Amino acid sequence: MTDWPILSTVTFLPLVGVLLLLLTREDGPYGRRNILNVSLFTTVFTFIVSLFIWIGFDNSNAGFQMVEKHNWLGTGISYHLGVDGISMLFVILTTFLMPFCVLASWTSVEKRLKEYMIAFLLLEVVMTGVFVSLDVVLFYVFFEATLIPMFVIIGVWGGKDRVYASYKFFLYTLLGSVLMMLAIMAMYWQAGTTDITELLKYGFPAGMQTWLWLACFAAFSVKMPMWPVHTWLPDAHVQAPTAGSVILAGVMLKLGGYGMIRFSLAMFPIASEHFAPLVFSLSVIAIIYTSLVAMMQDDIKKLIAYSSVAHMGYVTMGIFAANVQGLQGAIFQMLSHGIVSGALFLCVGVVYDRLHTREIAAYGGLVNNMPKYAVAFMIFTMANVGLPGTSGFIGEFLTIIGVFRVNTWVALFAATGVILSASYALWLYRRVIFGALEKESLKALLDLSGREKLILYPLIAITIFYGFYPAPIFDATAASVDLVVNNYSAALAAAKTLALNAH
Amino acid sequence: MTAEILSLSLQLSMPEIILAVGALALLMIGVFSGDKSAPTVTGLAVALLAVAGLWLIFMPGEGVAYGGAFKLDAFGRFMKVLALIGSITAMVMSVGHAKSDQLNRFEFPVLLVLSTLGMLLLISANDLIAFYLALELMSLALYVIAAFNRDSLRSTEAGLKYFVLGALSSGMMLYGMSLVYGFTGNTGFEGIAKVLSSETRGMGLIFGMVFVLAGACFKISAVPFHMWTPDVYEGAPTPVTAFFAAGPKVAAMAILVRIVSDAFLPIVADWRQIIVFVAIASMLLGSFAAIGQRNIKRLMAYSSIGHMGYALVGLAAGSETGVSGVVLYMTIYMVMTLGTFACIMAMRRKEGGNVENVDDLAGLSSTKPFMAVVLTALMFSMAGIPPLAGFFAKYFVFVAAIEAKLYALAIIGVLSSVVGAYYYLRIVKLMWFDEAKGEFARISGELRLVFGLSGLFVVAYVLIGGPIGTAASAAAKSFF
Repeated sequence: MTDWPILSTVTFLPLVGVLLLLLTREDGPYGRRNILNVSLFTTVFTFIVSLFIWIGFDNSNAGFQMVEKHNWLGTGISYHLGVDGISMLFVILTTFLMPFCVLASWTSVEKRLKEYMIAFLLLEVVMTGVFVSLDVVLFYVFFEATLIPMFVIIGVWGGKDRVYASYKFFLYTLLGSVLMMLAIMAMYWQAGTTDITELLKYGFPAGMQTWLWLACFAAFSVKMPMWPVHTWLPDAHVQAPTAGSVILAGVMLKLGGYGMIRFSLAMFPIASEHFAPLVFSLSVIAIIYTSLVAMMQDDIKKLIAYSSVAHMGYVTMGIFAANVQGLQGAIFQMLSHGIVSGALFLCVGVVYDRLHTREIAAYGGLVNNMPKYAVAFMIFTMANVGLPGTSGFIGEFLTIIGVFRVNTWVALFAATGVILSASYALWLYRRVIFGALEKESLKALLDLSGREKLILYPLIAITIFYGFYPAPIFDATAASVDLVVNNYSAALAAAKTLALNAH
Repeated sequence: MTAEILSLSLQLSMPEIILAVGALALLMIGVFSGDKSAPTVTGLAVALLAVAGLWLIFMPGEGVAYGGAFKLDAFGRFMKVLALIGSITAMVMSVGHAKSDQLNRFEFPVLLVLSTLGMLLLISANDLIAFYLALELMSLALYVIAAFNRDSLRSTEAGLKYFVLGALSSGMMLYGMSLVYGFTGNTGFEGIAKVLSSETRGMGLIFGMVFVLAGACFKISAVPFHMWTPDVYEGAPTPVTAFFAAGPKVAAMAILVRIVSDAFLPIVADWRQIIVFVAIASMLLGSFAAIGQRNIKRLMAYSSIGHMGYALVGLAAGSETGVSGVVLYMTIYMVMTLGTFACIMAMRRKEGGNVENVDDLAGLSSTKPFMAVVLTALMFSMAGIPPLAGFFAKYFVFVAAIEAKLYALAIIGVLSSVVGAYYYLRIVKLMWFDEAKGEFARISGELRLVFGLSGLFVVAYVLIGGPIGTAASAAAKSFF
């Protein structure tokens, strides 16, 4: 087991599914059935294989594990894979969410099912690739490659304004990332390598860190997304098909947060400290402003999209608090948000499949004829608010503790965001679920089908399990987070001594 | 010249001799058997180019021939093979279109061979005179084939426009060469470099250099010498446009690289600012002007202007990394362009013949899925999105620019690539998001082969890029 290249296997396993899909014919009910089965089997199998990464993972080792390294393109770039405590769980999150995406698309995708599934499997390959790559160029290749399938998914299977949304998504994120590409090149010439493990050890000069940090921040803050560059997200979310929204919120936003931990914080500590107030301000604005915006939405998906922006505000705040609590909280918040917001979009998908509208005003009183759905939706709403006992609480709580140690004002404002999130989420819940069942169109709605139960119940279990017992996550991340934080403070201390000696 | 030197010269220039003699033989065949021999002549021409290419790949030997006028090195070898592949592909693609575009005359393949001969000589030119003669040999054949469909008003207009502007640029270049010769006393590149490194350069020499560079920039259609490109691309028959976009660009870029890295290397600071300006102007114009285009050939013209700008970014670095980036860029650019033109040629309705509007591609993914997938890959690759080949092309030129600390150039470059992505995305959008308006006729086998291979190349570059990158950096070592 030790020599088997498990990370490559997990990353490229979905390609086998793509190959099988290419050989399948789409016409007729059997063709459709085959496509769905092949996709589901591929994603489930990939998830099971990816669990071996977690099983084989050594929690006490802070460095990179299961490393694979080969020369690539003969120009100093290497095909270098590995996971540490920070990236490992994101790989699991990615492979875990994919089967749900396939299940969510079981009946709702009516045209071009084959291309749809191929796009999703390719997306899984590149997203996993981002988290496991240990070479900046390889990282960038995967990071950017996510744009192609997502552009097609939003554009072909999206809603009414899909073209506008897909363009906005693509060009916005591309604009952010090209600057990071230049930063990567500058890092290469400065340090003479593109290997992340080497770059993490290399101390970049303080003046250069500022520019590199800004260039990387341009890419990650768009992907995250942070206020004020978040405007692509509501459009993309609203127009994307349900599974597309799940992946966008569940995994793609995390690419930004992961990049911030791996690059901004770990490689440019001096610049990170310098810019931390900026990040804190932007995060607080994101938390409060987008929560207020979310309150006023009349489209369910748009509301959840804005709440994602607010929740990512906690993540950025936690990351740049740069202490163990903040960082652990940020990672946990990302994982929890991946599941909770993914589940919320799946919940929206459930009613959207029945009624084909996302207008909040079109619903009301669903508790009367869809009690099971009402319970599921409630649990995820509560998790989104951050109710203790759900996974949402732990992440928010830890990031606020982390930032409290650095700046109490920021913590104060961030905590008001929790109240705001309760108000928009509960108000949404009241308008959709409670009230009298008056609208004719709603009276005939059926409760959750077997497939929908299969999608939502496991997610409920996980949300509550990690709400009560987050230890497995923290055990896995602890060693690597400690290492990042220690390196960070050591680098700052070194820079301070240098500055003192210079005077 | 002793017999020994002569035989060495002949050996080094054997591919050119094969083409020259072969072109004359083909002409004879054509003249004596009339127009019906066109398919035979085309086949033989392809074989001729292939033989020349194989000779270049398998026969060793590097050095200077004909008293310094001709130089074969790793760089030249690479670029020549590239130009030959471009010409062969363009010729193969023209077969199916010969009738509809009135290209079914035996002169057509002969002219293509002669033009290719000009390209090979141009790539190897090591002397201002050889440079000029080779450029004219290449261009004269190109002027004629641009106007080859003589019953078409647009084709003749394209030929005439190309000829007039081409003559102007040749004149400018010749004037520049005379200035360079006057101020250095040499026509050979080595001689010029030697004089420049020992003396301080005069203002007259800079004037001369600017004119020479202007001539070369005209051929690669870099801004501000790009005016002819959209009209010629649109007006010329599509197989001819494909030919224009491949080999001649490679050859002209090769001589531009050679002249600045050989003859003008000592005054790198002087030519760098020119190249930087031309690169920025080309990238910006290429991306902004293409947005409004409705004709896909015109769009490709602006796209090629932009691509030349990116390639020049590598040249501006003036380093080994830079030249290897340029070589790689031209390779990948050529493959992408030929694939795209194969797709454009496949845009033919069952009734009504060829169509050239971007909107005609609407809904292609449901009518011709394979072609749509390939064209999508090519468009994303041209936009420079990883993991496709176009990304690596851009990566290696920008890496060189960053190494040379040309930060402003690099930042403007990547930002304009985002603008450029917009119009490539429009084509993808039309193919995938929109409803089909009509179906294209069956695609001929050779076109399918060309765009299939090209699509495979851009997708599989992550796997096969190693040897290509190594060859490109070996080619760049010829200069530094």
